[in-house]
Amino acid sequence: MISKKFLPVIGLEIHIELTTRRKMFCGCPADHFGQKPNTQTCPVCLGLPGALPVPNQEALKRTILLALALKCQINHQTWFDRKNYFYPDLPKGYQISQFFRPLGIGGQINLDNNRLIKIKEIHLEEDTAKSIMVDKKRRLDFNKSGVPLIEIVSEPNLTSAQEAKHYAQKVHHLVKTLGISSADMEKGQMRLEANISLKKLPTDPLPKYKVEIKNINSFRYLHDAIVFEINRQSRLLSAGKKIIQETRGYTPGKKATYSQRSKEEAYEYRYFPEPDIPPLNLEQLFNLQELQKSLPQLPEQIINELITKYQLSQYQADIITRKYPIIGEKTLKIALKEKITIVDVANAIINQNYNLKKIGAQKFIEKIKLAAKKELTGGQELKTVVNQVIIENPRAVKDYRAGKRAALSFLIGQIQQKTNGRADIKQAQKLLTDALK
Amino acid sequence: MIKLNEKGHSLIEWRKKLIAGQASSREICQFYLNQIQKKNNQLNIYLVTNRQILKEAARADQIINHDKKAFKKQPLLGLPLAVKDNFCTTNLPTTAASFILENYQPPYQSTATQRLTNAGAIILGKTNMDAWAHGSSTETSDFGPTKNPHHLEYAPGGSSGGSTAAVAADLAPAAIGSETAGSIRQPAAWCGVIGLKPTYGRISRWGVIAMASSLDCPGPITKTVADAALLYNCLAGPDYHDATTIQNQPQKLPSKKTIPNRPLIIGLPKEYFNQSQQDVNQKVIAVANQLKKLGHKIKEISLLDPTLSIAVYTILQRAEVSSNLARYDGIRFGRDRSHFGLEALRRIMLGTFVLSAGYFDQYYLKAQKARTKIVKDFQKVFTNIDLILSPTSLTAALKLGAWNDNVMFGETQDVLVEPSALAGLPAINLPCGFNKQKLPIGLQIIGPQQQEKKIIELAYQIETLTDEKN
Repeated sequence: MISKKFLPVIGLEIHIELTTRRKMFCGCPADHFGQKPNTQTCPVCLGLPGALPVPNQEALKRTILLALALKCQINHQTWFDRKNYFYPDLPKGYQISQFFRPLGIGGQINLDNNRLIKIKEIHLEEDTAKSIMVDKKRRLDFNKSGVPLIEIVSEPNLTSAQEAKHYAQKVHHLVKTLGISSADMEKGQMRLEANISLKKLPTDPLPKYKVEIKNINSFRYLHDAIVFEINRQSRLLSAGKKIIQETRGYTPGKKATYSQRSKEEAYEYRYFPEPDIPPLNLEQLFNLQELQKSLPQLPEQIINELITKYQLSQYQADIITRKYPIIGEKTLKIALKEKITIVDVANAIINQNYNLKKIGAQKFIEKIKLAAKKELTGGQELKTVVNQVIIENPRAVKDYRAGKRAALSFLIGQIQQKTNGRADIKQAQKLLTDALK
Repeated sequence: MIKLNEKGHSLIEWRKKLIAGQASSREICQFYLNQIQKKNNQLNIYLVTNRQILKEAARADQIINHDKKAFKKQPLLGLPLAVKDNFCTTNLPTTAASFILENYQPPYQSTATQRLTNAGAIILGKTNMDAWAHGSSTETSDFGPTKNPHHLEYAPGGSSGGSTAAVAADLAPAAIGSETAGSIRQPAAWCGVIGLKPTYGRISRWGVIAMASSLDCPGPITKTVADAALLYNCLAGPDYHDATTIQNQPQKLPSKKTIPNRPLIIGLPKEYFNQSQQDVNQKVIAVANQLKKLGHKIKEISLLDPTLSIAVYTILQRAEVSSNLARYDGIRFGRDRSHFGLEALRRIMLGTFVLSAGYFDQYYLKAQKARTKIVKDFQKVFTNIDLILSPTSLTAALKLGAWNDNVMFGETQDVLVEPSALAGLPAINLPCGFNKQKLPIGLQIIGPQQQEKKIIELAYQIETLTDEKN
């Protein structure tokens, strides 16, 4: 159990690979998933002597779109910086990133509980190569090296594992809606890092330490890792122990975090402005007003619309917009036209009664109607209706008995009218002919 | 037929012979191969020569024989050139004169060498330099120093010392070098040849092994002003591979003698002359006096003390060097970092220090602010004058070994070229006589950004003066 004695202080860093055609600073294809290792490289992304980076305008544009959607302030004068450190997957010995003047600062995201989560900054950088251990030897695949990577850094505003998960889902949803990345977590296109520490009182300043959990690739793992970490830190603090500042990894099998490296020796990235790329003037490169106007309807707006138009709950609206963008709304629209109870349709979508994405909105509605019908295949209700129709239409009964086939159709029509079309025609016909024998 | 003892010519002179049918490209290349065979052991100028050169020359000859107008399309057709060994070449290894990259064969070509070969040039070979271009004497080369062709006990200057010595010793009619702060102009001065450092961003850095990225400038090293103009015209212009290249098209430089069409105001910065030696100053002032007679206005001007630039340049250059050399980890190519030479290690250490937390503001940031002041100082001065004239180097060539006596040898030696390098300004070194030891002395003309044409026109005029005197 999470101790009531402490208040979690959580910040998230979210990395998203942009699914642009080209890499961030060269012409190599950015889509690296499943490609033969080291087949999508060039002097730039291999860091060969004399190679120079040229920024990808499309990646810049997509970052601006996300920054605008997150209500960030855009730094019109922005530039790239070098983050210097050594690692085998970093071919140049530095990563081209943004430090002094990130592209966007001071944004926000609204959670369903109406908590406003502040975003510190959003910046653009390049991904590193992929490092794999094969037979205890490190192998490097540079296809991933130089893929455009956005980093979204939240303020330490989040107060629970649930909230952190929810925030990450919101960001994911926004990115998908904007279409700037496929953000497929299984492909590593979206990666989560959580910074967690505990304090006692809401008025306490930020704790002097933080524990960073790196490379989490699912929302559930994020949640579970944070829960574990809060418990671990609570136990330590309750026992009067000090928590060391460190980086930890997460093992989903054990639902536990483990120490990776201590941060006692502070990082020293020796940031300085990237001299190979001149400072960028975003107002000169892009029409920012046009970009603002080009933003699609954002998740928050769609959710609000669903709630007011269809009287859905926040929960229903959230899931439908997130998991069934566009098609969910279309289904609800047809339901409204066909006068089917909207809440039932919404629940049918959420409970996945049928595979909406596969069969489409029209068929989905038909299936729901059919299901409703099936309740009247025989059974007492249908029998009662049949008997009622016989009593109310003596003339048609007489005609039928005289051998007029058309009279049967008329009687079935009457049944359908009384059941609002929910009766199974075959069953109704059988009951009718049996009763008139 | 060329006589083997004939002296080398400039590119344009060779081209005249090619057009007139007085020489073939094969003969010209053979002439230089013989020169190299005779002198390279002694001078240590070429690290590697091109074994395919005669085949390439024969191909050029074929084109020339078929099409006399071929030079219109390819102005350097069949003409051999020397290339500093920090330009990546796909047909020759590229080492930056370092053990780390010994035998390193780049898989791609620098824009500069690509443009030269597109223009028909044939690469004779790759020339020695200070390792990673760290130095001003070519003595930090991991493959031994180059010697000054004017006197074998003297250094050729650096870091492009191999290229300037090649031109001075007739081991190439012309060459390309690169300058971060002085690495074209200073060895050109010490070897008595012409070295043009264009405006920063005018010639692409793509494929040039980086020293300090915010300063590096490739440029031509030649026997004549016309050759410098010819090579510049082939090299200059925007390159989509290099985001720092100037986006507009460069003004073509006149490749025939063209002197200024009006009297110029030429500034002599007193702070520069205060630094340099008397014998150097006398030669430069003699040229100034002649220019005055020709109608130009000579004016004493004041610039920021150039010694301030030593600190600014050192900090910024070391910072960038420490980052630029980080990729030499031996994982993907070359040897590991245990093979770095002493000078590279010193620079990495100092650069790492000035970028470290707690020192960044104190050193790097302050140096950037000072750099802006230097830029503005030149801008202010150029509102009143056309061009600056000053010595290129404090002295004529120094003896080999002088480098060992001073950890900051290059930076103090290059004090007169550092401010203009920091400001990204174009400049040229021209020979202007000899000292008592018969060592060449060089002057430099510095101009405002993108004013290469103005510089070249005055250079043509000075070239005529010095030719007449000789």
